[in-house]
Order: sequence, then structure tokens, then C-alpha cells
Amino acid sequence: MSTCPKPNDLLKNMVSDLRELLKARNIENPCMIGIHTGGVWIAEELHHRLAINEPLGKLNITFYRDDFTRIGMHPQVTPSSLPFAVDDQHIVLVDDVLHTGRTIRAALNEIFDYGRPASVIFATLVDRGGRELPIAADVVGATIKLNEGQQIKLTGPDPLQLEIQEST
Amino acid sequence: MSKRDIQFDQNGLLRHFLTIDGLPRQTLTDILDTAENFSTVGTQQAKKVPLLRGKTLVNLFFEPSTRTRTTFELAAKRLSADVLNINIQASSTSKGESLLDMLRNLEAMHCDMFIVRHNTSGAAHFIAEHVAPHISVINAGDGRHAHPTQGMLDMFTIRRHKQDFTKLRVAIVGDILHSRVARSEIHALNILGVPEVRVIGPHTLIPREASSLGVHVYHDMKEGLRDVDVIIMLRLQRERMLGAMLPSEDEYFIQYGLTRKKLALAKPDAIVMHPGPINRGVEIESAVADGPQSVILEQVTNGLAVRMAVMSMVLGRKQEA
Repeated sequence: MSTCPKPNDLLKNMVSDLRELLKARNIENPCMIGIHTGGVWIAEELHHRLAINEPLGKLNITFYRDDFTRIGMHPQVTPSSLPFAVDDQHIVLVDDVLHTGRTIRAALNEIFDYGRPASVIFATLVDRGGRELPIAADVVGATIKLNEGQQIKLTGPDPLQLEIQEST
Repeated sequence: MSKRDIQFDQNGLLRHFLTIDGLPRQTLTDILDTAENFSTVGTQQAKKVPLLRGKTLVNLFFEPSTRTRTTFELAAKRLSADVLNINIQASSTSKGESLLDMLRNLEAMHCDMFIVRHNTSGAAHFIAEHVAPHISVINAGDGRHAHPTQGMLDMFTIRRHKQDFTKLRVAIVGDILHSRVARSEIHALNILGVPEVRVIGPHTLIPREASSLGVHVYHDMKEGLRDVDVIIMLRLQRERMLGAMLPSEDEYFIQYGLTRKKLALAKPDAIVMHPGPINRGVEIESAVADGPQSVILEQVTNGLAVRMAVMSMVLGRKQEA
């Protein structure tokens, strides 16, 4: 059993890294989008701490997954909602765990179906490696190396906790 | 094999959608929840998701339809599927090709789903029994029997306005006898736990077996509409009436047409629904159809989300390795 960092500590670093990055790119009023479900929890925290004006966007990427015919449909009421115009907007996309990169590929596709953003920055609470696509995060809370057969999972929203599970 | 068995595959997942009768409440709730997710696709700049990319859907319509066929086609296109519309009047069946031969040909073209409308009850079920194992069938209306996606989009519309099915009083008004929509709605309302479903109409347009469907029968609008939360008006299906079932349309409107005055008998926040197409001045007054309590056009919009949900559920089943 390895110990996991506390999401709260990681969020502090993410907030300051994001502030710096946005400043370096001269972005003053970004929009933030969280990916259901864990990514929305992290985005809610970041959105609040960065005092972003525009309401938080939420993405349900189920309809953009590349493994739909293999895993099927899981009914749950979490429609996407982007309560702002995406066109020409600077967007901060947020997820909890970055692994293969496939979720982010799907999320980018969905965002572009709403419009053409000026730029997208990607922030993740945890980068666990194992990429299958050329995708990288701009802001990372923690990089965690996992052994084969291990999974890392964020539970929440209150309290937010990271947990390493042995998959069977 | 009963009709309900054929709708599920060996893993218990919905493969065909032929009738609501006999489905578990969970399946209906799953459809409604999934449709809720799809309801935002229409608000995207690109009104399309890639879910069914590369799938081919066939609209097999043996009976005329505008709304149902176009919403199935649009729903399929919003899922990125390819759609084939087969006009049966002009197809090979008029050259004597049998229905099953036509199905075999469509299967040979690697189609994935048949959406079937037919004026004979049981037609979609018959087709579902005879298709190749990889094909799903959706019933888009068969005779007087069932129109399950219409039933589900009506449930979706009701849930959006009334949330809790277990506290509702719902009245279905008009030509119950010829209405597959009414049958699908009654099954869905019962399965979802609506405690009081009423049907209102003249003796000639209420089927004799109505009370066995678990509904209360009324012949007087003034009694039947009292304190209801939802009013579903049905179209007078003149094309299906063989004999003289009604004195006249004017007489029908006086007795069973929904006017503002009759609507006032229902609860103040009651919603008015109609599966369309509307006969204005026959079963519903324009002031009601276009009034603040009418959700008739919402039903059309919701039909897209519900049909997207059903199509993706039956085609998105986990494939056996």
C-alpha cells in the first residue's frame, strides 16, 4: 500500500502554476471546463480559487469515446453543459487522472463541436503515465508511477481523496 | 417465445425496441436518463456526435409518416450514422419481391438497424424474428399495437415538467381505439408507477378491453379532466375508421375537443400534449395548442433525444469477443 498525495495540497500548486501560465500567455479571462466526473470536482476547486468569471463548463465525453462498441452505454444523467460561447475563447480543460490520453482526445473533439477556441490549456491532478496518444498536460498536480495492474482513482467530492487500487 | 424476450440479447441488454409492454422500469429509466444526455447535442454548434459513425440505419416505412421518419433520420444523422430511406411504394416489393427477400438484400449490404413502420400490428416483431443476429429492429409504429419511441418521448416530456411519476394523474383523450400511441403510453405510465391513468372518449372509440389495461374510463370530458396533471390529446384517425363511428367532426369537437374552458378543469399547472399531427378545431382548439400550457413542440424536440438514446443503446451493446 503506497501513500497518495492529498488532492488539497496538489490543488495549491496547480493554482499557482495555472496563474503563472495564464500570465505568461497574456490570458486574462479564461473559461474552465471539467470532464465528468472527477475532472468536474477538480475544476470546481480551481474555478473557485482562481476566481474565474465565466461559469464552469462540464463535459460528458461518453458520446465521443473510441471504445463505445466495446463498453456500451452507461446511462447516467450528466449532460454536457458549456454555458459560454467557445469561439475565440481561451479554455482551461481539467481532468483528474491523465493516463492513455484518449479521454482528452475525446474532450478536444467535443469542444470543437461547440466552436473554435483561441487556445486550450490542459491541467490534470495526476499524471500516471501510460500514454497511447501524443497528448501532454500543461499543468500537473503530481506525477505518480504505478506498478502494473494498479489503478489510481479520485473519490469525492467531499472530501477529495486519491486512492491506489489493485485491479483484479 | 414471448414478445418481451426477443427484445433482449443473451446478456440481458436491449437489442430490439418493439414494445414497452413488459419491459422493466429500470430499462425505461435508463432510456430517459440516456436521452437527457443527448438533449444537449442539438445546442452544439456542430449538432453531431461521432457515436454511431460507420453504422448504417434503414428507415423501412410501409406507411406514410413525416414527423416520425424525419426525427428518426435526424436523430441517426446527429449520431453520425448513415441513413437509408426506403420508400416501400416504389420498392421491389411492388415487383413481387417478398419482404424477407428484401431484408436479406439489406443485410447483404451490411446494414445495422431497421426502423420499421407498418400498418399491420406485429410487423416489426415479425421482422425482428427473421433478421441476422447483428441487426437491431426499432418499431416506429405497427398498426394499432405500439409506437414505443413515441411513448418514451412522451414520458421524457412528462418527467421534464412533473419529475415524480408516482404522484401524477394523467388523462389520455380521444380516439383510443385506433391509437398505438395510447397503448404505448398506458404501458409506460403503468410501468413508471403513475397511480391514476384515465382514458376519455366516446364509447365507439374506447376499446372494450380498456379497463384491463389498468386505466379508468370516462365518457365525459368534464369529469375526466378534473384535477389532472397531464392531458394527452390524440389525433382523430379518420383514415383508420371503417364505419360511421362518429356523428360529425363538429359534434366531436363540442364533446371531446380541448378548449380553454375544458382545460380550466385540470390542475392550473397541467401540461397539454399531442403526438401530432394536430387536427385544429377537431380535437384541440388553436388557442390551447399554441397556448402557455402546451408542450407539443417540446415533444418534437424531445423525440430526437429519445430516439438517439434508443438507437445508441441497442447498437452500443457490448460485443461478444
